[in-house]
Amino acid sequence: MSLFTPRRIGQMSPGGSLITYLLLLAWAAFVIFPIYWLVITSFKSISDVNAGPVYLPFIDFQPSLHAWKDLLIEDWDDTRRAYVNSIIIALCSTGLSVLVGSMAAYALVRVTYAPRFSTILLFVLSLGGALAASLAYGVDWRLAGAVAVAIFVLAVRGLGNRFAATLGNGDILFWMISQRILAPVVVVVPIYMMFQSVGLLDTRTAIIVTYAVINLPIVVWLMFDFFNSIPRDLEESAQLDGATMFTVFREVVLPLSKPGLAATTLLVMILAWNEYLLALFLSTADAQTMPILVAAMNAGERGILWWTMSAVIVVMILPVLVLAIVLQRFISKGILVGAVKG
Amino acid sequence: MSDLTSESAAQRDAILPARSRGDRLNEWLDRNSRHIFLWPAVLLILVFSIFPLVASAVIAFARIRLQAGGYRVRFVGWQNFEKQIFGSEQFHFLGTFGPVSVLGWVFGLAVTAGVIWWIVAYLRSGWTVIGTVGRLFPWGLVLLLGWLLAVTTLSGRPFGTLLTTYFYVLVGCGIQFLIGMGLAFLCSRAIRGRNVFRVLFFLPLMITPIGIGYTFRMMEDTSKGPFAPVWQWAGLGDFSWATDPWAARMFIIIADSWQWIPFVFIMLLAAFENVPRDFNEAAQMDGASEWQIFREITWPQILPVAATVMLIRVIEAFKIVDLPNIMTSGGPGIATESMSLHALFAWRSLDLGQASAVAYLLLVVTVITCVSFFNLVVLKRVRT
Repeated sequence: MSLFTPRRIGQMSPGGSLITYLLLLAWAAFVIFPIYWLVITSFKSISDVNAGPVYLPFIDFQPSLHAWKDLLIEDWDDTRRAYVNSIIIALCSTGLSVLVGSMAAYALVRVTYAPRFSTILLFVLSLGGALAASLAYGVDWRLAGAVAVAIFVLAVRGLGNRFAATLGNGDILFWMISQRILAPVVVVVPIYMMFQSVGLLDTRTAIIVTYAVINLPIVVWLMFDFFNSIPRDLEESAQLDGATMFTVFREVVLPLSKPGLAATTLLVMILAWNEYLLALFLSTADAQTMPILVAAMNAGERGILWWTMSAVIVVMILPVLVLAIVLQRFISKGILVGAVKG
Repeated sequence: MSDLTSESAAQRDAILPARSRGDRLNEWLDRNSRHIFLWPAVLLILVFSIFPLVASAVIAFARIRLQAGGYRVRFVGWQNFEKQIFGSEQFHFLGTFGPVSVLGWVFGLAVTAGVIWWIVAYLRSGWTVIGTVGRLFPWGLVLLLGWLLAVTTLSGRPFGTLLTTYFYVLVGCGIQFLIGMGLAFLCSRAIRGRNVFRVLFFLPLMITPIGIGYTFRMMEDTSKGPFAPVWQWAGLGDFSWATDPWAARMFIIIADSWQWIPFVFIMLLAAFENVPRDFNEAAQMDGASEWQIFREITWPQILPVAATVMLIRVIEAFKIVDLPNIMTSGGPGIATESMSLHALFAWRSLDLGQASAVAYLLLVVTVITCVSFFNLVVLKRVRT
């Protein structure tokens, strides 16, 4: 490269270009190979799997549909139930958390809140007191709860005005987003006990609500950034015309934020589809989701039946794979929105 | 409105009360809309996140027995934590203790010296009370982890779930950052087929971790897996990833990286593409080498994004549970057990108190690590 004929921007020397391609292709192979192996294993006969590796269908081995027959005909009831559960849970929890989360995010962008610091402190204290009383001294939890609420209300009325330190929208936002740092395992034991005491264990409702809450921080975070970037003028003119906050939100804001909503929805839906730990705690049979079904197939007496296992995993990851390929732009935009802006 | 005026009086009377009731509802909704928008989210988080968080703290100090129709709770104070840190579960959580080897002493003293140097450097640079108190946590954490490592694995004994979790977080995230950044850098150059690579590299992030766990178990099989001929050729046909502690841990990191490198890749690719082209061009004109351009121009520009990306990644990495559970069930022994899995196993043996105690310890180390990282790395990079 001489000084007077600089390379065009980004143009590389042939050697550099070759190395770049080789590295990228190597990584592509590393990404694809496990998926490829999974798919072909689901078409292998039992003896082909057990005898050692065979790689190419029709050349190395004759594909067989026996695993798929097992899965789709003999075990159809189990598979279908888990699949339907997974679909319903992913859709409903996503709907719930996107609705609730985007409303909260919008409110945090447009309305100024000033919760009192003392109120929050009192709330936590009375909650802890009620819990300790009902767990340690066997006080009925309804009674403890009622007393705690009464004390809380009285104390807020009496003391609230003396400590005037307030928090702002930023604090509420941080509080909501920071919930993401909680490992599910920290909160899942009480959630399990809660649902058990109201008889909702092993129902879709329990899992839907839990997933919605777990994913709420992501929705609030992404949608807050998105709403923040929408110009205010349109909303203000609508407000001047006498539209309420609901109308403005529904008629003006939501249509404007379709890209953000789509990205968030997809991301949250995939997270809900893939979730494992919470479903493991909250479901035993009826509400089983696909990841739980797959994990439970480990337990056979003959060891893992890799052919059936592969088939069921293919079925499980097919929807997310298709979504990821078709809508990659949307999803990665969703991941990007929050992080790149910090 | 014109319709209304043309209607008969009777009809109007019939309509008006209904309208006014609707108006009242609308008015009420409108007046309280600021609360109605925010409160559902707040309530959901309070009930399913804050309440369990407090309840978990209460449970961590108790021993809970399942009974017909409920639980019997007995408070045992710090016993659950004592058991993990000093008692019969110490080997499980912290590791097996014993006399420290020479290597252990050298490493532990080196870490101590490093921390002291860090403290002195900070105090010299002008200190504040809050800054010092805040730094006490990372200082203590580094000392703790360093000496734990010195006492356990460097002295020839296995370590517990705390260090295993940190191994996944530090080594795993480090690998993911380096490879993810490398791929993003390569992909950000003007090459053909960029979009194909972009879609392809993104895929693993979306795949269910349970599926990944089983798929990589097939990969790791040295007798029937796809790489069996390679292993046999290398004379390692009897080797099994799952029976050697370090190999098992590495294999989980490989699977975890397969899933998460795309995340780093996607983020940093966007960051690389945001670096203004004219900077690079100007540097190239001045005859700067590729490495110089990267270090002097690109790296400072992507640093804020990189720090944020790694913060998110570290937060998620602490939660790792599916892969160890599927790939090794925490074994051999407890070698691959993360703290989440530790808590899950404690819950399976119906020891809810221990489960909550371990979960809380996980929360404490996660928060200390992430807050320190945020304050010492992310904020600093954003400010400067």
